[in-house]
Amino acid sequence: MSAADLPILRNGQSLPLREVPELSIGAFRETILRRIQEGDRLACLCADADLHLYAVLADDAGHALRVLRAKLGAPHYPALTPDCPQAHLFEREIAEQTGIIPEGHPWLKPVRFHLPWNGAPDPWKRGGVPVPGVIDFFRVEGEEVHEVAVGPVHAGVIEPGHFRFQCHGERVFHLEIALGYQHRGVEKALIGGPHPLSLKQAETACGDSSIAHAWAYCRLLEGLAGAEVAPRVDLVRGVALELERVANHVGDLGALSGDVGFLPTASFCGRIRGDWLNLSAEVCGSRLGRDWLCPGGLRQELEPALATRMLPRLDRAWVDTKDAVELLWGAASVMIRFEAAGRVDPDRAREIGLVGVAARACGVGRDVRHDHPFGPYGAHPIPVAQAESGNVHSRAWVRWEEAGESSRFLSTALASLADSEALVKAAPLPPLAPEQLCVSLTEGWRGEVLHLAWTDAQGRFARYKIVDPSFHNWFGLALALRGEQVSDFPLCNKSFNLSYCGHDL
Amino acid sequence: MIHILLSRWRQGYRTFPYPKELPALPERFRGRPHIEAKRCPEGCRVCADVCPTEAIRLSSAGPEVDLGRCLFCPDCVEACPEGAITFTGDHRLAARTKEDLILKPDEEYRLAAALDGELKRLFGRSLKLRVVSAGGCNGCEVDVNVLGTLGWDLGRFGIQYVASPRHADGLLICGPVTRNMELAVRKTYDAVPHPKIVIAVGACAIQGGPYFRQEEQLGGVSSVLPVDLFIPGCPPHPLTILDGLLRLLGRLKAEGRVGA
Repeated sequence: MSAADLPILRNGQSLPLREVPELSIGAFRETILRRIQEGDRLACLCADADLHLYAVLADDAGHALRVLRAKLGAPHYPALTPDCPQAHLFEREIAEQTGIIPEGHPWLKPVRFHLPWNGAPDPWKRGGVPVPGVIDFFRVEGEEVHEVAVGPVHAGVIEPGHFRFQCHGERVFHLEIALGYQHRGVEKALIGGPHPLSLKQAETACGDSSIAHAWAYCRLLEGLAGAEVAPRVDLVRGVALELERVANHVGDLGALSGDVGFLPTASFCGRIRGDWLNLSAEVCGSRLGRDWLCPGGLRQELEPALATRMLPRLDRAWVDTKDAVELLWGAASVMIRFEAAGRVDPDRAREIGLVGVAARACGVGRDVRHDHPFGPYGAHPIPVAQAESGNVHSRAWVRWEEAGESSRFLSTALASLADSEALVKAAPLPPLAPEQLCVSLTEGWRGEVLHLAWTDAQGRFARYKIVDPSFHNWFGLALALRGEQVSDFPLCNKSFNLSYCGHDL
Repeated sequence: MIHILLSRWRQGYRTFPYPKELPALPERFRGRPHIEAKRCPEGCRVCADVCPTEAIRLSSAGPEVDLGRCLFCPDCVEACPEGAITFTGDHRLAARTKEDLILKPDEEYRLAAALDGELKRLFGRSLKLRVVSAGGCNGCEVDVNVLGTLGWDLGRFGIQYVASPRHADGLLICGPVTRNMELAVRKTYDAVPHPKIVIAVGACAIQGGPYFRQEEQLGGVSSVLPVDLFIPGCPPHPLTILDGLLRLLGRLKAEGRVGA
């Protein structure tokens, strides 16, 4: 089978499992490598308990997704990573979850520090329960080289992770990031579902991106059940996602400004972020958008009267946001720090498969809302914000542009919701089709959220895979630190603001 | 510079006058549940069956809700055929023991009592907390962090998050305590000088939350450390967290919303 024969999937569309092409491992590798060379992205690579590898390739320019799989004869195969760096964390994850060894992987280390789910032998032969953070860290040797170790517990209200810097004086040669401390078994919990807790687990896969994950989960179920939702539902979901985006972007811009000691924007934004979160709470009762969406529709409606009441508050929040953030761009002390730190090369960004804000800040215009439109974004496109320099300033600027676009979308959407009749509650979702596969993508505020699942003969999840944007992007932070000062780490880290729990699941 | 001053003027003074006045909560905010047991039909157990975290138990007096397990989702409210369970707008949820977290239809909910004796003397007017996220989804962390913003200005109550356990009077922990965080949580606790307190924030930190069945976590902070204050919610509203902290320090009146 050649690559051209791979069936094309649209975002949220499902496919009978038997129609997912099953290739030999040789053809599987070759197809992936060729398509990546032609500009596709490896959106997901995972394995099931029966020695199957699954890959999702995203052809962003062609607005197409392709799924392929391979059946292995034995629990090992030649690794993709040496030819395709985007695969590096996926292949480590495969080894950890299933004991399948990607042979020749240059950096085969644990990801979340647990034993294989299927009882396969421990790939690292640790002889017992793995201890997080205990790995063979990369070391730079030399008389004047020193090592800085930070975490897992950090000096603030931050999630846990371990960072190991190899430094020469202040200069960072290399940063290695060891995560896994937040691993609470999300993917494993979803197997055999949907369970009554599955939606909650999707919402808390990464709790500051509840809507992005809940929406991906809902669309996946709708795809597997063959259900369509009304355009009004899509529009309300769009409002939920864009409110989440603006709130987090405003919070990040404030935090970035705090990290360079520019206090006016830092303190204003800390409060204004709350105004955006409280708009979500107005609809669903929760500042983080919990219990707003549900498979098949909405748990909480955004009625016309409520939309009308929200509009002036939205305007007010935007005026305050603009007033607070525009100070940044005029402050020389801020600009010089933003522009001098944390550059990622655009070619590198493509090579390692960055997504979301971090990719767009390198001029790599990836945005699921544009490339694989879902919900309201086909009919109401949102321009893709971009910057070129790949540094802290670019990542801040992209957030600012996006906050503006989102706020314009929100005004239009709320005005149109104010004019259209609320729907009666949607009927419960029909049962999921058996032996069916679906890929669902949304663009969370950090970037691409991917949910992939396929069902067994009873229509239960045989495998559920979540890829948070942070999974793609943590390595970008490590690259951004190369050659920088170790004291710039907080600023660089904040400019990515990646999720630990979304990575650790 | 002039732009900064003008912005400062436009942004105004925005710290909530709490606790003198309560900030407005959204109409759909789901605070402490209310159970009207006399509406419950004989033998009905719909709410208990539908609750995804097994937070509802049926007693002879009617359904009891364990707020430590409750995710404050509307599942039970939507399922109840008689409308016997509703969420009120009451943000006050914090309790000192797990038993007190159980909301019973025929009893007053026992809100957290203040520290007493030496602890009250030491921490009543100055409490430094080290925050540890131990498997949280960053939801509780976000709303713990928000208390430091100018809207809430936690510092005016003498409460502060500090950057080292050595500087802390206690720990504030979010998340179910994953197996991978157990050692770090224990070590952080050991590094805090005596006497010390532990505060568990959110459903995960109390009982494991949406992950209570997962073997990758330990089912809450009290499986590892003695806990002095439980603050329910998924995540709790910042006002609920602040209410819990102030109650523990004896800064709010026991009953009534507004304290001195």
